[in-house]
Amino acid sequence: MNRTPRPTDLRRRRFLTRAALAGGTLLLAGCDRLTRSDAMRQVFDTGSALTQGVQRLLASRQALAREYSPADIAPTFRANGTTNPDDATYRRLAADGFRDWRLTIDGLVETPLSLSLAELKAMPSRTQITRHDCVEGWSCIGQWTGVVLGDLLARAGVRDEARFVVFHCADRYRGGDPYYESLDMLEAYHPQTLLAYDLNGADLPIANGAPLRLRAERQLGYKMAKYVMRVELVESFASLGRGRGGYWEDRGYQWWAGI
Amino acid sequence: MRFPTVFTRPATRDGDPAPTVIRRHTRFTRLWHWVNVICLIVLLMSGLQIFNAHPALYWGKDSSFDAPALSIRAIRNEEGEWRGITQLGGYRFDTTGVLGISGPVDARERRAFPAWATLPGPRWLSAGRQWHFLAGWLFAPLLIAYLLYLVIGGHLRRHLLPRRDEWRRLGQTLGEHLRLRFPTGEEARHYNLLQKLAYLLVLFVILPLVVLTGLTMSPTLDAAWPWLLDVFGGRQSARTLHFLCALALVGFFLIHVALVLVSGVVNNLRSMITGRYVLPPDSIPDPSEEARDEQDT
Repeated sequence: MNRTPRPTDLRRRRFLTRAALAGGTLLLAGCDRLTRSDAMRQVFDTGSALTQGVQRLLASRQALAREYSPADIAPTFRANGTTNPDDATYRRLAADGFRDWRLTIDGLVETPLSLSLAELKAMPSRTQITRHDCVEGWSCIGQWTGVVLGDLLARAGVRDEARFVVFHCADRYRGGDPYYESLDMLEAYHPQTLLAYDLNGADLPIANGAPLRLRAERQLGYKMAKYVMRVELVESFASLGRGRGGYWEDRGYQWWAGI
Repeated sequence: MRFPTVFTRPATRDGDPAPTVIRRHTRFTRLWHWVNVICLIVLLMSGLQIFNAHPALYWGKDSSFDAPALSIRAIRNEEGEWRGITQLGGYRFDTTGVLGISGPVDARERRAFPAWATLPGPRWLSAGRQWHFLAGWLFAPLLIAYLLYLVIGGHLRRHLLPRRDEWRRLGQTLGEHLRLRFPTGEEARHYNLLQKLAYLLVLFVILPLVVLTGLTMSPTLDAAWPWLLDVFGGRQSARTLHFLCALALVGFFLIHVALVLVSGVVNNLRSMITGRYVLPPDSIPDPSEEARDEQDT
C-alpha cells in the first residue's frame, strides 16, 4: 500500500493550512482592532450604562448582599492584586503597626478629617460575613469588621456638589500608577459599605489591604480598594488617572462593577 | 414556527404532483434564529475568554481552591516540560496542544482554552467581558420575547408539545432517526417527537438556565434577587452550571448542524432563510407497504 501523498497533494494541503491560518489570524486581528476602536468602546459603554441602570432599578437602594454564617468562612481569604505595597512611606507605617497612619477625608466636605486607626476603631462598627466575587470568576467568604462609610461621610459633612467618593491607595500594581477607585453616592451610603480594618476577627493582614480596605458588597472585587490612605469627595473623576474612575477602569474594565 | 400553509400543488405534465412547498418558519423565528447564531458564537467565545481568567470550576457558595470540580492548568513535569493538564474531579488528562498549553509549537502559550476558541484571541479579560455582556443584552431579551411569542401565539401547543400518539411511536421514530431515515411527504409537515423534545429542552430549559445562572454571578443581582443563590446552590455552583449549559449548547449545535446536513441541507437552509420548505417526496413505495396502506383505507 502506498501511503506517500503526491507532491501536488502536499502543496495543496500546505496552501490550505496556510490559508486557514491566515484567514483565522485576519479575523482575530480584525476583532481585536474592532474591540479597540472608539465606536466599539462607545457601544460597550452604552451597554454598561444599561446594565447599571437596570441593575439599579432591580436592586433597591437598601437591598443587602447575602450574609453568611460563620461556618461558611473560607479557611484562608485569597489575596489578589498587590499583596505587599513597596511604597517607602507605606513600609515605614506598616513596620510600626500603622500607629502613625492616618486616614484623610477631604474634597467636597464641610469638615476635612484626619483619623488614626484607633479613632476609626473607636467609632461604631459593623461586622458582616460576605462573599467576595473576583472579576476573574472565583469567590471567597470572609468576615469583615469596619466603620460604615456612610457614618464617616456624615461626620465629614458631604457637600451637595459631591457625586463620587474616590479612594486613594498606597499600592501601585506591578509598580505602575497608584491604585484608586470610586463609588457613587448611592453605593457609598449603602449600609454594608465599610472601610474595614478587621478580617475574620483579626487585624486586616497586609496581603488583604492593611490597615484599611473598602468593602462594597454589591460590587466585584476590583472596586474594593485596599491600602486606603485618603477618601476624596469629588464632583467628577475625569481629572484622576486616565479619567475612567479607577485603576482597572483605566485599563478597560467597566466602571459599573455590579456584574 | 408556522407549518401548514400550502403554496402550490399543480400537476406536472406527466401527471405526478409537483413537490409541495409549505411555509415552515415565520419571519420572527427566522430572524431570531440567525441573530441567535451570532449571539451564541460571541457568547461562547467571550465566555471561554472569561473562563481563562480563572480556569477552574467549583460547587457551592464559594471557591474551594484545593478541590475544584474541573481545572485546566499548565504544569511543569519532571523533565521541566510544560504540559496542559485538565483535571475533572479525581481524573487527570494530558490535553497539551488544546487545553492548558496551546499555540504553534515554537510559541506555546499557557492558557486554558486556546486562542482560536476565545474572543478576543489574546488573553484579555476586560474585552471578553465587554463582548459577553453586549451579546447577552441582545440574546436574553430576544429569548424572552421569543418564548412569549411561542406560548402566547399558540406555536408551542400546535407545533412543539408532543401528542399522545407520538409517544407511542417513540421507539419507531428513534430507530428511523438512528438509521438517518427522515420523515417524508405529509409526515415531514410537522416536527417529529425527537425534534420536539430537543427544541423544548433547548428553548425552555437550557437557554433560560444559561441566562439565570449568568445573572446569579452578578453581585448586584444577588442582592436584588437572593433566591437565585438558593435555586442554584450558590454563586460558584451557578458558574459551573453556566459552563455546563454552554457545553450542552455546543452539543446541541453539533447535532443540529449534522442533522441539517444529512436531511437536505438546501431545503433546510432555505426554510430558515425564506421560510419555504419543500416536503421531501415519499420514496417509491415498496409493494408490501402499498398493500398495507390499502388495507388501512
